[in-house]
Amino acid sequence: MNESSNRSNHVSKQSSSPADHYLSRFHSILRNVLPPLTFGLFVIGGWYFISYVILDDKKRFLLQPPHKVLVNGFFDWGGRDGMAEMLQSLWSSTKVAGIGLFFAILIGFVLAVLMSQATTVEKALFPYLVTLQAIPILAIVPLIMFWWGSGQTSRVVVCIIISLFPIIVNTLFGLQSAEKDMHDLFTLHNASRFTRLKKLMFPAALPALFAGLRISAGLSVIGAIVGDFFFGKGEVGLGQLIKRFSSELQGEELLTAVILSSALGVAVFLLFTWIQNRVVGKWSDRAELI
Amino acid sequence: MPDTSTLRLSFDGIGMVFPDGTEALRDVSFSIDAGEFVSVVGPSGCGKSTLLKIASGLLEPTSGSVNVDDENLGYIFQEPTLLPWRTVTGNVELLCELHQMAKEERQRKAQGAIDLVGLTGFENHYPKTLSGGMKMRASLARTLTLQPHVFLFDEPFGSVDEITREKLNEETQLLFQTEGFAGLFITHSIAEAVFMSKRVYVLSDRPGTVVAKFEVPFQYPRAPRQRFDPEFADICGEISKALRGGRYE
Repeated sequence: MNESSNRSNHVSKQSSSPADHYLSRFHSILRNVLPPLTFGLFVIGGWYFISYVILDDKKRFLLQPPHKVLVNGFFDWGGRDGMAEMLQSLWSSTKVAGIGLFFAILIGFVLAVLMSQATTVEKALFPYLVTLQAIPILAIVPLIMFWWGSGQTSRVVVCIIISLFPIIVNTLFGLQSAEKDMHDLFTLHNASRFTRLKKLMFPAALPALFAGLRISAGLSVIGAIVGDFFFGKGEVGLGQLIKRFSSELQGEELLTAVILSSALGVAVFLLFTWIQNRVVGKWSDRAELI
Repeated sequence: MPDTSTLRLSFDGIGMVFPDGTEALRDVSFSIDAGEFVSVVGPSGCGKSTLLKIASGLLEPTSGSVNVDDENLGYIFQEPTLLPWRTVTGNVELLCELHQMAKEERQRKAQGAIDLVGLTGFENHYPKTLSGGMKMRASLARTLTLQPHVFLFDEPFGSVDEITREKLNEETQLLFQTEGFAGLFITHSIAEAVFMSKRVYVLSDRPGTVVAKFEVPFQYPRAPRQRFDPEFADICGEISKALRGGRYE
């Protein structure tokens, strides 16, 4: 039984000096950072080109140059349309997205578990879930307003509807992903339905569940902003700001709000990637990204 | 060590026809006593695995009957079937957990089994960091925790390399010596079957039925060099002939 004791030495076969090590680390960072950085510079260059060369003075409001967006958008703190107000809206939209996502996870998880326990339930629900998923959100906005008014509740409902489907589909796929032999093992030892769910199906579902969560997290941000765009009552979120900036032709502020929205989406995605790596990174082959 | 004079597993006229009409097994009868290690060889798709599933109760035969103490059954699958989210210790403790064993007892049994299969020092490793042979050892350890009276092996060493396979054969044979279980080993490797078994049954192509039975006279424990004994080669040759001809000569 020596096979085991030899294994730990394999990794450091081509031993190298610490200096080499840092150099290769530096190279790998360079390889990963340089391409997106270069591309980003090109985009900013193109942006300036459009603002100053293609658009004349009268039309420049269509695309204000980057530094103006920074100065008038991000660094203009106080007053109406200042950064302080925008951050408040950002926080409001974050809350809506978070609450919506929370309920989507809750409902999605329960439905996926029910569907995994009985094929009949899966067959009964699936067509309706696909139908729900296929309804364009704009088409049911009037209905949502009709039923829940135009306050926070309606915004949350939009979030739930838009982010529910990927959670259900991925969780169900994950719950069904445990191999047949593993199920046989549990059968041989008379495991109860609940034990099988807890010790086999649920842990097996985690990698797929997180894949779904990361998609849904991004969608819930979209839902929060779209919902806010249509439902004006109560707190002002990013959707309301975007609507106002566009009608008042405030180019810099509009771009700022758009960038903040996308930053929120990215932040939520990174948060769930981080949680995923914490939870399944040690054992799953899947959790490598970022 | 369990009582060595009793019948542990017997098949009586087992026949299996699947719902789609495939006849997998026909009239298979043989039995294994306590302390006996028996192999079944046969071509791929002859219903060898089906026989194990019937022995364990995972499948009901369409005819015939099985006699086995299924409360005390160990099943080693073709693949290690470790839970990837559990460490070696977590995996080895699984069956004790399913049988609601107290925590201290569970840990003691798991550590004992891990030491027995030579995975000491790898308790906290996750399956994805283990080699194929080590995963199989963890799988063996998991089954050993319950000290089953009957061990069913479903071609367990098919996916590891030749050298590891021979080593695992030798170790399994030693485990069988110390634990004294009755073993039923399914394989398509003749040498593996002869090396470990007291008896080898040859199954025909589908529908699988016993076409030959060979006694292997060597004493246990068997040394690795036994494989190069002329008599060993003779038995392998006879089995190979039976597999090809499908007749017992």
